[in-house]
Amino acid sequence: MPPETKIVIKDFNFYYQSVQALRNISLTIHPREIFAIFGPAGSGKTTLLKSLNRLTDLMFGTRHTGTIFLDGANIHGPQTSLTQLRRQIGMVFDLPTPLPLSVFDNVAYGPKLSGATQKGRLAEIVEKALRSAVLWEEVKDRLHTSALRLSGGQQQRLCIARILALEPEVILLDNPCSGLDPISTASIEATLAELKKSYTIILVPHTVQQASRVADRAGFFLNGEVVEEGPVYQIFTRPKDKRTEDYVTGKFG
Amino acid sequence: MVYRTRYITQGIAKVLIWLAALSTIGVMVLILFQVLAEGLPVLHLRFFLDSPKSMGREGGILPTIVGTFALTVVAILFATPLGVGTAIFLREYTRESRISRLIRFGTDCLAGVPSIIFGLFGFVFFVIYLNMGWSILSGGLTLAAMILPTIISTAEEAIKAIPPSYREVSYSLGGTRWQTVMHTILPSALPGICTGILLSVGRSIGETAAVILTAGSSLLMPTSLFSPIRTMSVHFYILAREGISLKMAYGTGAALILLVLLVNTVANWLLNRYIRRRA
Repeated sequence: MPPETKIVIKDFNFYYQSVQALRNISLTIHPREIFAIFGPAGSGKTTLLKSLNRLTDLMFGTRHTGTIFLDGANIHGPQTSLTQLRRQIGMVFDLPTPLPLSVFDNVAYGPKLSGATQKGRLAEIVEKALRSAVLWEEVKDRLHTSALRLSGGQQQRLCIARILALEPEVILLDNPCSGLDPISTASIEATLAELKKSYTIILVPHTVQQASRVADRAGFFLNGEVVEEGPVYQIFTRPKDKRTEDYVTGKFG
Repeated sequence: MVYRTRYITQGIAKVLIWLAALSTIGVMVLILFQVLAEGLPVLHLRFFLDSPKSMGREGGILPTIVGTFALTVVAILFATPLGVGTAIFLREYTRESRISRLIRFGTDCLAGVPSIIFGLFGFVFFVIYLNMGWSILSGGLTLAAMILPTIISTAEEAIKAIPPSYREVSYSLGGTRWQTVMHTILPSALPGICTGILLSVGRSIGETAAVILTAGSSLLMPTSLFSPIRTMSVHFYILAREGISLKMAYGTGAALILLVLLVNTVANWLLNRYIRRRA
């Protein structure tokens, strides 16, 4: 029996005006795994993540070819609801992006938009999401202070909680530890290990080391192409491609 | 040698900049002092609560205060939704295109038109053609057209200044465009939008030419939106221009300054509270 699939990307090309950012990407992501997308800056990692929840639709002058399936359904198909898709595939950005609202309102933002207005129900959702993001104990006494006053690591976990509140199926993390100190990074990584039990996670890691610490499988991106993909133990110890080997051993990048 | 020239340049720059700041304050203080020195002795409670007698030589200015408020409120109520709506359209619903450039060009032109032209337009269009007569409504609509460019451009600037990440976050959490505007864009742009509205309030209160032509110069207490009125600025103008009473003119001027001060203080206080709550 072939392994289950969550996301299937097939021959995907993406263009910003005349610049091609992704070339013939074909990848399969399994349920409840952490898949790391790594590679040097400008290799198309963020573009791929934003293509998955169609945030690329917000940019003018972009186009794509190829298909992406979520649970077997084409995400560009006519039956796909864009807002539904984005609730199913949550995204955390490289810098913490709290909205200028209270901690509570940040987490409640998504559920409120999808129609949850009952106070008690919202409070439950928010507490559950904050607990899952391992942030509850730190903020439970200041739910109604501004989220901008939290530390960087707390803000980033708040952003994770904010998407968990929508009970997504897939979580995209675009280098979530880029602005964080080692202690905050460790707390995010611990959170990821916890989340893996129930969610499919695609992570752009901060470093190659981070990818090898937390991911199950990884894909090496270079100039918009997937050079190599496979289980992390293989990619980081016995890479097949010379370019991958040069990157993971620090010869370039 | 080089050090010395640098030192001298530094010194001259310092003097010039201080001079600029001080003369600004100086002019402001001079105007305020003159109007308040002449006007404050006239300001008694009765002055605010009585109607004018014998064309304004005696009595108070109550109807002109009511008229000023009514006119400004009408202008703001019409111009704000239109202006903010246009700004949202320009920033969130369309990209740079022929239409958006046309709208910007139009508002820029509108911003440069002298107020007396707005008055003439209001007189021909609202007062005569739409048969609304000299009234609060005619005057308010004319002022609304006049302040529209200010409201549009300040609102657009405020929306432009919102970090793009707010938008991305809202959309990535499944927000529709309208929800993103209502829950993220507008609340974040509110302080900037309010600044534009405040500027417009100031302009509306101070406007004379456009108002005389469209709202009239009646000294009676208005009873409806279709009543003609005289605003404080127009009252001041007529009292001074026609030599009715310079004393009462200064009184009106002083009251006007205090009113604007009050509006600004209250608005700033509310705004700061709002900003502090969000930060």
